[in-house]
Amino acid sequence: MRRFLPNLLRLATLAVLVVFLFRPELFEPLLKPLVQANAPAIYNQGSLLSLTLSHLATVFAATLAATIVAVGLAILVTRPIGAEFLPLSRSLVNIGQTFPPVAVLALAVPAVGFGEKPTLIALFLYGLLPIFENAMTGLSTLPPAIVEAARGTGMTGWQRLTKVELPLALPVVLAGIRLSVTISLATATIGSTVAAKTLGEVIIAGLQSNNLAFVLQGGLVVAVLAVLIYDAFSALERVLARRAGRG
Amino acid sequence: MTLRIDKLGVVIAALLAYGAFVAPFANFRANRIVPGEARTILEALPSGLGAALLVFVAVSLVVIVLKTPTLLRLVLGLAATLALALLIGLSARYLTPPENTYARVAPASGFWLTSFAFVLLTADALTRLRLSPYARIALLAAVAAAAAGLLLSGAWDGLSILKEYASRADTFWLEASRHVVLALGSLAAAALFGLPIGILCHRVEALRAGVLNVLNIIQTIPSIALFGLLIAPLGWIAVHVPGASAIGIRGIGAAPAFVALFLYSLLPVVANTVVGLAGVPRDANEAARGIGMTDRQRLFGVELPLAFPVILTGIRIVLVQNIGLATIAALIGGGGFGVFVFQGIGQTAMDLVLLGAVPTVALAFAAAVVLDAATELSNSKPGRAA
Repeated sequence: MRRFLPNLLRLATLAVLVVFLFRPELFEPLLKPLVQANAPAIYNQGSLLSLTLSHLATVFAATLAATIVAVGLAILVTRPIGAEFLPLSRSLVNIGQTFPPVAVLALAVPAVGFGEKPTLIALFLYGLLPIFENAMTGLSTLPPAIVEAARGTGMTGWQRLTKVELPLALPVVLAGIRLSVTISLATATIGSTVAAKTLGEVIIAGLQSNNLAFVLQGGLVVAVLAVLIYDAFSALERVLARRAGRG
Repeated sequence: MTLRIDKLGVVIAALLAYGAFVAPFANFRANRIVPGEARTILEALPSGLGAALLVFVAVSLVVIVLKTPTLLRLVLGLAATLALALLIGLSARYLTPPENTYARVAPASGFWLTSFAFVLLTADALTRLRLSPYARIALLAAVAAAAAGLLLSGAWDGLSILKEYASRADTFWLEASRHVVLALGSLAAAALFGLPIGILCHRVEALRAGVLNVLNIIQTIPSIALFGLLIAPLGWIAVHVPGASAIGIRGIGAAPAFVALFLYSLLPVVANTVVGLAGVPRDANEAARGIGMTDRQRLFGVELPLAFPVILTGIRIVLVQNIGLATIAALIGGGGFGVFVFQGIGQTAMDLVLLGAVPTVALAFAAAVVLDAATELSNSKPGRAA
């Protein structure tokens, strides 16, 4: 019963978001006071729904690629064969995170041109770091007793990895993915300055035409998406952590 | 002596070999916006020098692939990076036809890859050497001095990014100071308000979850939206509060950017203050109470000093984050290095983008190195439970 209220709140937020995306005109009276007399209160240069979907698709594609590469690299550097790479990997992750997302995005443009590509590359590169860091931590801080036990039962290296180590590290890896997704959702809006189709278009259109309602709706949709996704990941982590006996 | 292979070295060597022997070294353009023509090392450097660089790379490959002393690798990495920095400047002069002010020469992928390979080599050697915090700061200062020396000596003047700089030197320093003021000012404000809020959250448990949740949600609002949303309330304040516009509060410009950065900065400062204070050992608090310290004395004499390293970690996160986010301020007229980034994107002039992006990255990196060193020093002071 204690979880009832927050869950109701989440469902209500999701419902409002869905209604807003499918029938934004219903919210016009709410946003009208924010704009000058005859300016539009609802984004009218494209469909909010399709922008939201392409925003999510961009973030999803970048995060998926980042997850595969980051977890693969983390597995490599935590095996004996890749141990020599571990110290440098740690410092590279530290250095990489000092790169501002805008700079990564701007620097990707000369390499690949305008559009979705620089955004995908920036989100991928920037998303790699938290996932890699967490996967590395998760895989290198497993309880030694359990790893020993797995070895004792005669499991091969591959079996230990897939049956013991990865499941145990999963909650920590997920925390990294959650962090990466939240950063990417916000950073993707900046992608619109290099012509990517994301919700940033709505915000930038608002900034350019001094239309506060545009800025608000673009920003709020991204923020609500981020909060809901963050929440869903946290819940998933709790379930997995309980199952893995780490929580 | 047996020769052993360094696995990491193989990866670095592969990058280096590709960058030096396959990828183009410099990019030549007839003017600042046309597509460029690639030039290899042999074409981009005066005869003899190009061949010498290739021989140097070949020798380096052997040193890198084999297990060699860490100090040798460090010296090689630093020396090679410096040499490449000098050579790219030279290449720019060599490739630009005399008296031609339209032609642009920029480093191409081969230059970036070879430099990256040598920087990786340096970074790996530094990681293995485990330098002390002071040594790391000294090295950072040395690298900064070398870069400043190259800039002042004019060795890089032929490069396209410096040609962009030359045509807007005044605005560059104006935007640079705005950028630094935005990043540091909002950090100072966040520390001023965040520390008391953090202490309050630590003392009053009922407040903690609520305050942290609100600050967490602020973090999820995309920066360009938050910047935009603050335009309206600040515009209203400027018009309706007497004296507000006199101290620089306006709807657009630096004020909303400052407030947005301040809001983003609060979470790391408050959260780390709470975590730091919660981590103060119970014994220390008991002992302080035992010798009759008042609450106030305990806070300033025991709790805050003990929590300081954790709070400093929060400050590091904020500073690095603010230096990056301050670029976005340009979108709402707040100035900063973002001005060049977004102007460059608008004009598809990538050298201009670099003029904004490179100093931002350098600043963020320097801030991270200095604050990491400071955190380590504050952790290792004698008598501190780290």
